[in-house]
Amino acid sequence: MNSFTGNSLSWTVRDSVVELELHRAPANEIGTEMLGELEQFANALDTFSREASAVIIHSTLPAGFSAGADLRELYRTALPLDTAARLAGIREFLHRVHAVMNAIDDSPLTTIAAVNGVCFGGGFELALACDLIIADKMARFCFPELRLGLIPGFGGIPRLKRDLGNAVVRDLLLTGRSMNAQKGGAVGLASQVTGEGEALRVARATAAQVTRFDRATSAAAKRFLKPIPHEELRREIDLFCELFTRPAVMEGLRKFVESTDALPYLP
Amino acid sequence: MRTIEQTTDEILALAAQHFKVPRASLSANDDFFKKLGIDSLQALEMLTRIENHFSIELPDYEMQGVSDFKTLAGRIQARL
Repeated sequence: MNSFTGNSLSWTVRDSVVELELHRAPANEIGTEMLGELEQFANALDTFSREASAVIIHSTLPAGFSAGADLRELYRTALPLDTAARLAGIREFLHRVHAVMNAIDDSPLTTIAAVNGVCFGGGFELALACDLIIADKMARFCFPELRLGLIPGFGGIPRLKRDLGNAVVRDLLLTGRSMNAQKGGAVGLASQVTGEGEALRVARATAAQVTRFDRATSAAAKRFLKPIPHEELRREIDLFCELFTRPAVMEGLRKFVESTDALPYLP
Repeated sequence: MRTIEQTTDEILALAAQHFKVPRASLSANDDFFKKLGIDSLQALEMLTRIENHFSIELPDYEMQGVSDFKTLAGRIQARL
């Protein structure tokens, strides 16, 4: 499928580059609808690999790349369920998310996240599934999950640890602080930091460069360099589910959903 | 080394430019949430703008409880 237009995202294939744009207001929160469309995208990756060399994932929303999981939907879905049903539901959701993230991570295409604004939680984890992150200088990266009594559940910890090491994960995870693009560039998270509003343009230039190389060679290099940490990803799902059953989590979600504070995103 | 007054003045200028309000309409003791009518994501934008301008990192938990420009300037000054 050379193009797709959904409620949460759209994609086009042009000049050997797939562009996936996220456009679910207000901030590309990842709920069941976006996940369903991401699954369609993941299913199309095999087809793309026959006609394209690179993928760019970006947001058309000024708020940013993605604020992460749709916590309001998560809370409202879980609220009427008993503990066992909640656990079964979240485990199934996480398995679906991980399948998408693994498909992007494992794709033979060179994948680029062009990041603007907030890149939090599950959105950050989507960017981490990509091979390269190109960050607008106004971008911010954050794992806010500990504020809710959870850990990131979309594969972020194993991937960030794989790419940057345990110390960076501890800094972001255990403090819940957000990191700006300059710092992200300094620690190697962002391969390039651009001027404001320039991330997509730079990502397109980078993708054009990628298309000059033999696809099979690029894919072989990626396979060699970027093993998927399957065992840690499985353990992450188990730990997330274990934490999710605690009453403190639903209470944390309730507070977030009902919050009228000016700074609900801050610890 | 900037003085606290210079830091405050630069923050006010940054906020005025970012949120497109007249510089003269902002003063050091203003509650920026109320004065600018901003939400948490816009506060993060301002934080990023400030970090880039002063070439510092200001962890967002240091913004917790800070709502006026003068106190914010003090937090920034401590990292210059």
